[in-house]
Amino acid sequence: MDSIETANPLLDLTQGVRSGRERLARWMAFICAAVTVLITGGIITVLLVNAAEFFADWPVWDFLTGTKWSPAIEPVEYGVLPLVCGTLIITAGSAIIALPLGVAAAVYLSEYARPRVRAVVKPCLEILAGVPTVVYGYFALVYVTPGLKSVFPTISTFNTLSASIVVGIMIIPFVASISEDAIRAVPKSLRMAGYGLGASKFSVIVRIVIPAAFSGIIASFILALSRAIGETMAVTIAAGQTPRLVNLLNLDETFLRPAETMTAAMVNIGMSDVTGDSLAYRSLFAIGLVLFCMTFLMNILGSWVTSRFREKYE
Amino acid sequence: MTVSQHISATTISHAGKQTGHVKDWVLLIVCLLSTCIGGAALFTLLGYVLVDAAGWLDWQFLTSTTSRFPEKAGIFPALVGSVYMAAMLLPAAMILGIGAAVYLTEYARANWLTKFININIANLAGVPSVVWGLLGLGLFIQLFGMTYGTLLVGSLTMVLLILPVIIIASAEAIKAVPDSLRQAAYGVGATKWQTISRVVFPRALPGILTGTVLSLARALGETAPLIMIGVPTAVFSTPSGPTDKFTTMTMQLFSWSDYPQPEFQYGVLAAGVVTLLVVLLLLNALAIYLRHRFQNKHE
Repeated sequence: MDSIETANPLLDLTQGVRSGRERLARWMAFICAAVTVLITGGIITVLLVNAAEFFADWPVWDFLTGTKWSPAIEPVEYGVLPLVCGTLIITAGSAIIALPLGVAAAVYLSEYARPRVRAVVKPCLEILAGVPTVVYGYFALVYVTPGLKSVFPTISTFNTLSASIVVGIMIIPFVASISEDAIRAVPKSLRMAGYGLGASKFSVIVRIVIPAAFSGIIASFILALSRAIGETMAVTIAAGQTPRLVNLLNLDETFLRPAETMTAAMVNIGMSDVTGDSLAYRSLFAIGLVLFCMTFLMNILGSWVTSRFREKYE
Repeated sequence: MTVSQHISATTISHAGKQTGHVKDWVLLIVCLLSTCIGGAALFTLLGYVLVDAAGWLDWQFLTSTTSRFPEKAGIFPALVGSVYMAAMLLPAAMILGIGAAVYLTEYARANWLTKFININIANLAGVPSVVWGLLGLGLFIQLFGMTYGTLLVGSLTMVLLILPVIIIASAEAIKAVPDSLRQAAYGVGATKWQTISRVVFPRALPGILTGTVLSLARALGETAPLIMIGVPTAVFSTPSGPTDKFTTMTMQLFSWSDYPQPEFQYGVLAAGVVTLLVVLLLLNALAIYLRHRFQNKHE
């Protein structure tokens, strides 16, 4: 009894010191995690407050439906449609390149490549997303466009085709890696059942594996295109700064001429000497808000679909 | 009748088999080509850049400031600016990133708050980089009254930008530590914090460092956020303190891409691109080295 009583306070003391440190560690870690929530709150607040000030001077409706973007030259016009048009052209162009290539690469990696080949090929594919976008812009301007000139002699120095090509190359790894996850998640038993019925490898892949992984492949498309929409430097350098609303079906007009994306317009304003008090400065946040909403919705949708396919086969 | 039916049936099945076989090969070739074509395009472009950079990328280029004259232009202040920015953002990004990862993997209970924080981090990782620049502009310059384009504002903005990437990589590394090690630590009477700091953390460190180095490479490759916070495209001296204006290699490349002379387009710019890519390559090599070195130690 005695020994326990004398031992107890000592034990309590060390535990007190320990639990104090324990609690401190836990709280510090929690604060770090909470910072990420504050960051999201910060982004939304900064965008909303400044965009609200912009919309007080320039009605939201005029912004969303205006067909002319001219932030610096009088009379100023802030119609976002030409910028959305530019973003759509390049996103669509890069999709034509990246989606089929990415899915085919995913099929190769999951269905054909041996583990050792895969261990080499996969990091090589990831490099495509690791090259800085300003470098891709330079490639497009200095090498891709002159190369395209031999095929399309009328192509402009700044054009959406070269921008689409480099953005497409850049987002291949996003499509490939998420699609590959989805294809790998398809149970082996489904493939075996296909082979058991005498199906060829082609039939098993095209008729069984890809349909089974379809939702995951769609998720990879959504997430990759969200990257393409937010891409900035490559499209600014390669596609130029000419806001245009074009008939998208006229392919020459669409792909061989310059355009301006939402992100490029932001760079354009950021590079000019606009002060914190001008309408042009606040329009940055209005475009930023549109961009944030578009990518946010796509990311939410993409990760929702991804979590669905992960659950499906587990 | 039956014979001809039989014959046609066999020919059909034979033909079917053959086309099946051909289709198998075509699919393999299409997939293989698709896998390689992006890389092949990139390596071709890199080849062009290397050829163009030859003769321009020399000691003079690495030690000079930028200039209107291509033969005098160099990347020195931008190179130093990038390195300073990396050095400044690293401690803050690592402390916040690892702290958040430790909370989410070791402390957090499975409740709505944890789920919310996790979804939130995943979404932050997908926010376009130009929007991060607007956050830096609105938060550090507008609200806190810092000056446009300083090293401090640039570094702080980049800390926020790479934080989600570091958290995700660190959390993966911590999750990969086997639970048996934690149980063993608790078994010999270690507290939670002792277990985390002396058992889990050392084991997860290679993964954390690899992720950190790779996110550092991402920060050095960013341009758009720096434009938003008013980083100048040309500075002629290296920053001597956090409140000095600075520029980075990426900003320097962007400003050179505006110069129409072929000496810039196919000379100075190429040399700048090669310099930037070499720095990023070194960081990637460091990441691979760290991973292998620590992996071997534990095995």
